[in-house]
Amino acid sequence: MTTAPPPVLLRVSGLKTYFVTEQGKGTARAVDDVSFDLYPGETLGIVGESGCGKTVTSLSILRLVPEPPGHILPGSLIEFEGRNLLALPAPELRAVRGNQIAMIFQEPMTSLNPVFTVGDQIAEAAIIHQHLSRSAARARAIEMLQLVGIPDPAERVDHYPHQLSGGMRQRVMIAMALVCHPKVLIADEPTTALDVTIQAQILELLDRLQSELGMAVLLITHDLGVVAGHADRVVVMYAGRVVETASTDALFERPTHPYTEGLLGAVPRIDAPRTRLHAIPGQVPAATAWPTGCRFHPRCPYAWDKCAAEEPPLLETGTPGGGGHTARCWLVTEPERRVAKR
Amino acid sequence: MTLVEVRDLVKHYAGERRWFGLGRPRAPVRAVDGVSFEITSGKTLGLVGESGSGKTTVGRTMLRLQEPTSGTVLFEGNDVFGLDATRLRALRRRMQIVFQDPYSSLNPRMTVEETLREPLEIHGLKGAVSALLDEVGLDAAFAKRYPHELSGGQRQRVGIARALSVEPQFVVCDEPVSALDVSVQAQVLNLLADLQAKRRLTYLFIAHDLAVVRHIADDVAVMYLGKIVERAPAAEIYAQPRHPYARALLSAVPEPNPRATKRRIVLSGDIPSPAHPSSGCPFHPRCPHPKKSERCSTEAPALRPITPGHLAACHYAEEPM
Repeated sequence: MTTAPPPVLLRVSGLKTYFVTEQGKGTARAVDDVSFDLYPGETLGIVGESGCGKTVTSLSILRLVPEPPGHILPGSLIEFEGRNLLALPAPELRAVRGNQIAMIFQEPMTSLNPVFTVGDQIAEAAIIHQHLSRSAARARAIEMLQLVGIPDPAERVDHYPHQLSGGMRQRVMIAMALVCHPKVLIADEPTTALDVTIQAQILELLDRLQSELGMAVLLITHDLGVVAGHADRVVVMYAGRVVETASTDALFERPTHPYTEGLLGAVPRIDAPRTRLHAIPGQVPAATAWPTGCRFHPRCPYAWDKCAAEEPPLLETGTPGGGGHTARCWLVTEPERRVAKR
Repeated sequence: MTLVEVRDLVKHYAGERRWFGLGRPRAPVRAVDGVSFEITSGKTLGLVGESGSGKTTVGRTMLRLQEPTSGTVLFEGNDVFGLDATRLRALRRRMQIVFQDPYSSLNPRMTVEETLREPLEIHGLKGAVSALLDEVGLDAAFAKRYPHELSGGQRQRVGIARALSVEPQFVVCDEPVSALDVSVQAQVLNLLADLQAKRRLTYLFIAHDLAVVRHIADDVAVMYLGKIVERAPAAEIYAQPRHPYARALLSAVPEPNPRATKRRIVLSGDIPSPAHPSSGCPFHPRCPHPKKSERCSTEAPALRPITPGHLAACHYAEEPM
């Protein structure tokens, strides 16, 4: 913990991705000034509920946000190995996308092309980026299928997506993403569409591949259980903002932002006796009309007048060994208010 | 007192014919294959399983939203499958359902008020929409809104209000919170628990998420490939699951605790198709039990009591894993 931090692999800084909505309903500020760093070999979890901006963040990194209606505002920075991806010309970006930074999506059903064999789809990236011959790429595809634990890979390589189960399709997606041995893997809700026993298989596979291939993983999920078991550090997002960052241990031991605290209380737990859950009142506001001040204050049990008036910056919580534990909450400056409420 | 009893319920879907309906039929899909349980009045049975286990089909068949292949469902001793249309309609008032997807289970062209009034009119009842809305935690102003103006959690509250409008005794909750975000999911679970206490409701709570079921169920039944493989009081099944599938399912739930040290049992392979169940125990191709033997692939284990009130369908349920 005390050694000098390794060089940042991927830096997201001041990222703002807005969407223009129809008929003047205003601009949806889906991602609004988001910053975080990803270090080589680590798993960084991005957690939040629907509409918090986590998926748009991941799409922005690879410039996959459809324009229009979306646009990434000037001043945003996505720096990969010292280059700003947002400023790269298209051909250079393509050399990074799918090659050094790869992505797996939530829906294995809709993310595969139904009219090509899985072998062709895995081989495509190897042919484009690594200039392999068709036969070499096919051999690589079989190798990748083996790596992700698909039985009879030499046979499966000629199968079409509809011939595979959901879990197998997600394995194929992972094989596609990893075929060029990327340095960064963005996994956007990689197990949400899967049954719990299949989810366990896929998460175990991702852990194994990460340690074998040494890549960094950006794990985007709504599931705090998945984060607890698989991330080294966590970024919690709410209403387009980062509201808390911490090492995984610190986040679960000392959740500081009331939203994080509320989320942890709301998760049904299998290890707890039957109790009433602590629900967070209200709902996530619309991205076209974030509340003033702290965006969580209308739902916050501790909020006072300052919270409605002025948005807090990300403040150091001072958790010992917390690994840069920060929270966007005025309670950090006035902790006695939390105690009073409890 | 037992309110609902299910005896040996079977639902097979006829296999489609090959070659655009001209060829040989495929094997029938054995969605529910001999399921029995009873639910005590005022209690909740959690019915748990993964995709394709048949849990939703059980719920829908019990209400006769689908006709069963065979079996019996008794509601207060009355045979639900033997009723004519008039008496079935009368019974429907007393057994209702809350659907999984609040986006597709509300009519987009009807306001909330129209949605809630329809069941009242069908059953010739008087009831105030505003009181119903209040009961599920929605402001009376919602009555004039259309579903697209509501969030997922609000829609699910409307779905619950619709089910409750005719004052049922028994409600099938079919994955009522799985489409919702965690913070909203907790609100809806708490609401269901409050309503149960207030109206003395009996629930069949269908879910794939064992952690969610833990917070609402008194008893839990675990389904795999159309069969119940384990059934026990909730506290017992979470403390000491007996069937290897139930053990694996419990161990696979990701816990929001980075220090959790439980041993994960990761099952290999996928759930087989219910059209081609294996011989013997349906779980044996994936079973990690160390005692697994020849017997498992030839002889289907019966659902039998392991301890009083705790049933499991495994030849080796008493053996540690």
